[in-house]
Amino acid sequence: MLHLIVFSVFGLVCVAGAVNLLAQRHPINSALSLVVVMGSLAVEYLLLGAEFVAAVQVIVYAGAIMVLFVFVIMLLNAGEEDRTKGSRVAMLFGIPGMLIGSVLVAWVLLEHSGTGNVAVGALPGPPKVIGWLLFHDFLLPFEVTSVLVLIAIMGAVVLASHPGPTQQDKREG
Amino acid sequence: MGLGTFILVSVIKIVIALIVLLTAVAYTVWLERKVVGHIQNRWGPTRVGPFGLLQPLADGVKFIFKEDLLPPHVYKPLYIAAPIIALIFALTSISVIPIGNWITVFGIHTPLEITDVNIGLLIVLGITSLGVYGVALAGWSSNSKYSLLGGLRASAQMVSYEISLGLSLVGVLILAGSFSLRDIVDAQAGTFWGFIPRWNIFQGQIVAFFIYLMAAYAETNRIPFDLPEAETELVAGYHTEYSAMKFAMFFMAEYANMITVACLATLLFLGGWHGPHRIGPPFVQAILPVFWFVAKVFAFLFLYIWVRGTLPRFRYDQLMAFGWKFLLPLAIANLIITALIVALRA
Repeated sequence: MLHLIVFSVFGLVCVAGAVNLLAQRHPINSALSLVVVMGSLAVEYLLLGAEFVAAVQVIVYAGAIMVLFVFVIMLLNAGEEDRTKGSRVAMLFGIPGMLIGSVLVAWVLLEHSGTGNVAVGALPGPPKVIGWLLFHDFLLPFEVTSVLVLIAIMGAVVLASHPGPTQQDKREG
Repeated sequence: MGLGTFILVSVIKIVIALIVLLTAVAYTVWLERKVVGHIQNRWGPTRVGPFGLLQPLADGVKFIFKEDLLPPHVYKPLYIAAPIIALIFALTSISVIPIGNWITVFGIHTPLEITDVNIGLLIVLGITSLGVYGVALAGWSSNSKYSLLGGLRASAQMVSYEISLGLSLVGVLILAGSFSLRDIVDAQAGTFWGFIPRWNIFQGQIVAFFIYLMAAYAETNRIPFDLPEAETELVAGYHTEYSAMKFAMFFMAEYANMITVACLATLLFLGGWHGPHRIGPPFVQAILPVFWFVAKVFAFLFLYIWVRGTLPRFRYDQLMAFGWKFLLPLAIANLIITALIVALRA
């Protein structure tokens, strides 16, 4: 019972953080709302018995990626955004469409996937089990993902490096 | 143990841990002023109490009664929240750090830490990685050049050195085979040939220990890596605009982080509470593990202060080059070699 209450509270915090992310006008407030979303997601993972995923969620997303977001916002010194009225089409079709879509997904998941309720600790949670799964059962997808990330890093390096002639070339030429 | 007993025991342990930690923070400041004073051929604090021992108390009273200025140009919500964030995360990380074996008091069997979790190390890393928000937001919300530069430097530095810090710990994790700080300490019990303790630092993790040492100095913004608050360039860095208790909160956070780092070093590399404990009557034998733990933490803190009194500050580009081009490859090499040795032995 206590478990369910805590789970619901953090679920609400998560959704509230996500809504606040969109509602805030200042980028840094939005970024901090996203940190709250990440943090409450970590608590949800913890309550589902996936303690390793919860810790990694905090370390990687809240502790590293969001710090870089905040860093970039600080570096660009981004100011407050102007609030636009938004397009009427988005208001008329977007919000109902989103609601219908999410209800549909939830319904399909609950009714037709045969998942049902999950007991705490029923899913692989401890680090040893996760490591075994990653490096035995799912070795190929894991390695493919790491190559994909490597490609993304190389792309970032290429984009960030100076494409034109360097300072020295200009001086000589 | 019933729910009521559990809550009571937890509250008592939290209160004790907080009091001990805050006292330790205050006296680490005193120790630092004394030691740095003697290194520089001065006396340090001497006026308040014998050897200046009551100086932290006087400082605390001073901080509470000083005027709390709120500059007009700051972004108020985050300006006020930043020191609170920094202090909360600095104090929370102590909650999973064990300082000794299980004890039995009044028939209640409990570990000498607030809570014993099987991913203790990851929790400490997660909480300390959130601590950077306090510094970064303080720098940004102060709306001043020096503070912003300090905050930027702090976030870039902490994210960079966190990678080396994390990788230096993986070797220890491979040797212990667990994330639980208690298991890691238990894996270091006993001795080689009867006289060399089986601490991880003597089990081939000495390189990892030095990587950890340097990365930890950078993580806690201490000399030689105290670029975020470099007095000669940035006035006081991210806390330039802070006064009174808010300023003190940043300092308490910094020293609490130092103590956490020292505790982690003791647990992971220096054998935790293990030591030659088969001396004296049973009562002394029960207390001795805690004594060894505190002694090792003290030695580590002393090293911190010693380094501060000895080394000059890095330049910022040197700091980044050192972190990415030297520490990180070294940490990866150490990890690969440790993994190979463990795999070949198995």
